[in-house]
Amino acid sequence: MNVVVLVKQVPDTATRIKVSSGGVEIDPRGVNYVMNPYDEFAVEEALRVKELHGGQVTVLTVGGEKADEALRTALAMGADEAVRVSADAKDPLTTARAIASVVRELGPDLVIAGKQAVDDDQGQVGSLVAALLDWPQVTVVTELELSPEGGVAEREVEGGVEVVEFSLPAVLTAQKGLNEPRYASLPGIMKAKRKEIRQVAVDAAVTGEPVLRTTALHVPEERSAGIILRDMDAAALAKELVRLLHEEAKLI
Amino acid sequence: MRNGSDPVSLSSTGPDYFDIDPLLSEEERSIRAMVHDFVAAEVMPTIGENWLKGVFPSDLIPKMAQLGIFGPTLPEKYGGAGISQVAYGLIMQELERGDSGLRSFASVQSALAMHAIFRYGSEDQRLEWLPRMTRGEVIGCFGLTEPDAGSDPGTMRTRARRSGKGWVLNGAKRWITNSPIADVAIVWARDDEEKIRGFIVPKGTPGMSAPEIETKISMRASVTGDIILEDVEVGEEMRLPEAKSLGAPLSCLTQARFGIACGAVGAAMDCFNEALAYAQDRIAFGRPIAQTQLMQERLVDMLSRISRSQLVALRLAQLKEQDAHTYAQVSMAKRDNVRAALEVARMGRELLGGNGITVEYRAMRHSANLETVDTYEGTYEIHTLIVGRDITGLNALG
Ligand SMILES: Cc1cc2nc3c(=O)[nH]c(=O)nc-3n(C[C@H](O)[C@H](O)[C@H](O)COP(=O)(O)OP(=O)(O)OC[C@H]3O[C@@H](n4cnc5c(N)ncnc54)[C@H](O)[C@@H]3O)c2cc1C
Ligand SMILES: Cc1cc2nc3c(=O)[nH]c(=O)nc-3n(C[C@H](O)[C@H](O)[C@H](O)COP(=O)(O)OP(=O)(O)OC[C@H]3O[C@@H](n4cnc5c(N)ncnc54)[C@H](O)[C@@H]3O)c2cc1C
Repeated sequence: MNVVVLVKQVPDTATRIKVSSGGVEIDPRGVNYVMNPYDEFAVEEALRVKELHGGQVTVLTVGGEKADEALRTALAMGADEAVRVSADAKDPLTTARAIASVVRELGPDLVIAGKQAVDDDQGQVGSLVAALLDWPQVTVVTELELSPEGGVAEREVEGGVEVVEFSLPAVLTAQKGLNEPRYASLPGIMKAKRKEIRQVAVDAAVTGEPVLRTTALHVPEERSAGIILRDMDAAALAKELVRLLHEEAKLI
Repeated sequence: MRNGSDPVSLSSTGPDYFDIDPLLSEEERSIRAMVHDFVAAEVMPTIGENWLKGVFPSDLIPKMAQLGIFGPTLPEKYGGAGISQVAYGLIMQELERGDSGLRSFASVQSALAMHAIFRYGSEDQRLEWLPRMTRGEVIGCFGLTEPDAGSDPGTMRTRARRSGKGWVLNGAKRWITNSPIADVAIVWARDDEEKIRGFIVPKGTPGMSAPEIETKISMRASVTGDIILEDVEVGEEMRLPEAKSLGAPLSCLTQARFGIACGAVGAAMDCFNEALAYAQDRIAFGRPIAQTQLMQERLVDMLSRISRSQLVALRLAQLKEQDAHTYAQVSMAKRDNVRAALEVARMGRELLGGNGITVEYRAMRHSANLETVDTYEGTYEIHTLIVGRDITGLNALG
C-alpha cells in the first residue's frame, strides 16, 4: 500500500511571531521552523501502514528550499521518498491544485495530511485535495484500520466518536491521538541526509488563480495584567468585584 | 508535541543571540531538534520530581538508545552513526538542558566507558561490548577516582597483580557515576611495574561490589557510587591492551570534558529562557521586573556568558572534528563554560525570588547540579593550572 503524506513546515509554536513590514506575512527572522505537529501524526500513521501492509511512504510538501528540512525530518523518521513541489501557491486552493496534480502522477492508495497547519489554521488543503481528485475524504481521524480495498476510520465528533467506512484511494486528515509519533533516530537522520529530495515544478496553468487573498495580519493585542483583590472582607470584596465587572470589564 | 503534550507547548532551541544556527549543518540541526523534542516530552515533565527523590529515570535508557545517542560518533561497525563532533556537542547541550544528570549518564556511557574500549581495547573487545552498549543493553561506568586520589589520579592505590594467566584487582573507587546500575566497569589500576592499566570488569564478578552514595545534594537525578574490589580475578582478555599509562584514562577524560563544555551551555540556556519569561511576567512595584535596570543587567549578563560559551563550544567542536584541538583548549572550555553556566544558574535563581528555590522551577536544580560539574572531570582549579602550564610553560600543578 503506497501512501503519500502531505507535510508543511511551520514556525515552532513557541517562537514569538512578528509581522513583517508588508503587513501580510510573518517575519521569518529568528523564527525556528518545524514540521507541522499534526503532520507528525500523519507521517507516523503512514509508517505504520507500511509496516503492516508493505508499500512505500512518500512525503510531499509545497515550498521553497527551506522546506526540505521538514521533508528530511520525515525521511529520518522512516519515510522512503520525498518530493518538494515548487508552485506559485498563494492560498489553500492553489496549494491543493498543485498537490493534486502531483498526487495524480504518483498514484498512491492513500493520502494522509495533518488536520490543519498550526501556522494559518486554514484546515483546507486535505479536503480540497480530496475534492480535486474526487476521492473519499475522512477528516480528523483518531483511529485507522485498513484492508486492501478500503478502511475504517474513527473520527472525533462533539462528545463522542464516529466510525466511517471508505474505499481506496482516499484522503485522510490526522488528529492528535491517532498515534504517538516516533522520534527520528540518529541513524535515520544520517540516512535521510543521503536521500535525494525530488523536485517537481507545477506551473501557473495548473495552480490557477487564488480565491483568497490575505489583506492584513495582526498579532493579538497585549492582554493587560490581571487584578487580584485582597485585604478586604467578603462583603467589600463582592462589592468591588461587581463594580469592576460592570465598570471596567463591562460584562454585567 | 510527543506523547500527548499539546502542540502549542513546544519550546524553542534558543537562545541564539549571535545567530550561530546558520553555522550548523541541516543534519546537525535535525539531530539537535530530535534530542530537544525528546527531552521536552520525556524528561521535563518528571525531572523535578525524580531529582527530589534522588532517582535516575532509568526507563529513559532504552529510549535514548533508540534515538542512537550512545556512542554516536563511533563507526557504524560498532553500532555508532559516525556523526560530527558538532552534532555530538549539540546532543550533550540538549540533554543537559534537561538535567546535568541525564547528560552525565550519556557522557559516561559514550565518552568514558565506550571510548575507553574503542580507543584502548582489542578488536574482539570492541565487537563484544560496543554494539550492546550503543543499544543500551549494557551500561558502563568509569572508575578512576579513589577516596584519596581525585585531582591527582596518579596517586591511585588500586592494584592489579598478575596471577597465573590473569589479574587480581584490589582497591576502592569513589564517586563513580552509574557504578551501582552499571553492567560493566572500566577500572583503572596500578600494576607491579607501577604502570596504570585498564580492565573491563563485568558486574557480578566475585569480590566486586558497587554501593550507592545516597547523601548527594547535587546531581540527584544521577546515580553515583563506589566500586569495591576485593581479590577480584579477571582474565588477561579483560585487560585493555592499548592502555599503558595514566595517559589512557586522561585521554578519555579529554573526550568527556569536551562533551561537558558543550553540555553545560544547555543548562545555562534553560536557566536563561526560564528567567527571561519569568521576568517579563512577574510584576513588582507596578511593572514587570524585566523593566528594572538591575534585572536587565542580570539578563544581559546571563545571555552574554551563554553567547561566549556557545561560540567556544562550537569552535572547539570544529577543531576536534579536524583533530586539531589541544587538551589545554578542552580544559579552558570545560573550566569556563561550566563556571559560566553555574553563574548563570545562580543569577537565574536569584531572579526567580522565592519561587526560585523550588523544583517547580529549574534554576536551582541546575545550579545545584553544576556544583558537581564544576568539580568532576577536573576541578576548576585543576583546569586553571593545566591552561596555566600550557601558556607559561611552567608547571604549578604539583
Ligand atoms: C557526582 C560526581 C560524579 C563523579 N563521577 C565520576 C566518575 O564517573 N568517574 C570518576 O573516576 N570520578 C568521578 N567523580 C570524581 C571527580 O572527578 C572528583 O571528585 C574530582 O576529580 C575532584 O577530586 P576530589 O573530589 O578528590 O577533590 P580533591 O582532589 O581532594 O580536591 C579538593 C580541592 O582541592 C583543589 N586542588 C587539588 N589539587 C590542587 C592543586 N594542585 N592546586 C590547587 N588546588 C588544588 C581542588 O581544585 C578542589 O577544589 C565524580 C564526582 C562527583 C561529585
Ligand atoms: C524559604 C522561605 C521562607 C520565607 N519565609 C517568609 C516568612 O516567614 N514571612 C514572609 O512574609 N515571607 C517569607 N518569605 C518570602 C520572601 O521574603 C520573599 O520570597 C522575598 O521577599 C522575595 O519576594 P518574591 O519571592 O515575591 O520575589 P519578587 O519580589 O518577585 O522578586 C523577584 C526578583 O526581582 C527582583 N526585584 C523586584 N523588584 C525589583 C526592583 N524594583 N528593582 C530591581 N529588582 C527587583 C528581586 O530582587 C528578585 O530578584 C520566605 C521565602 C522563602 C523562600
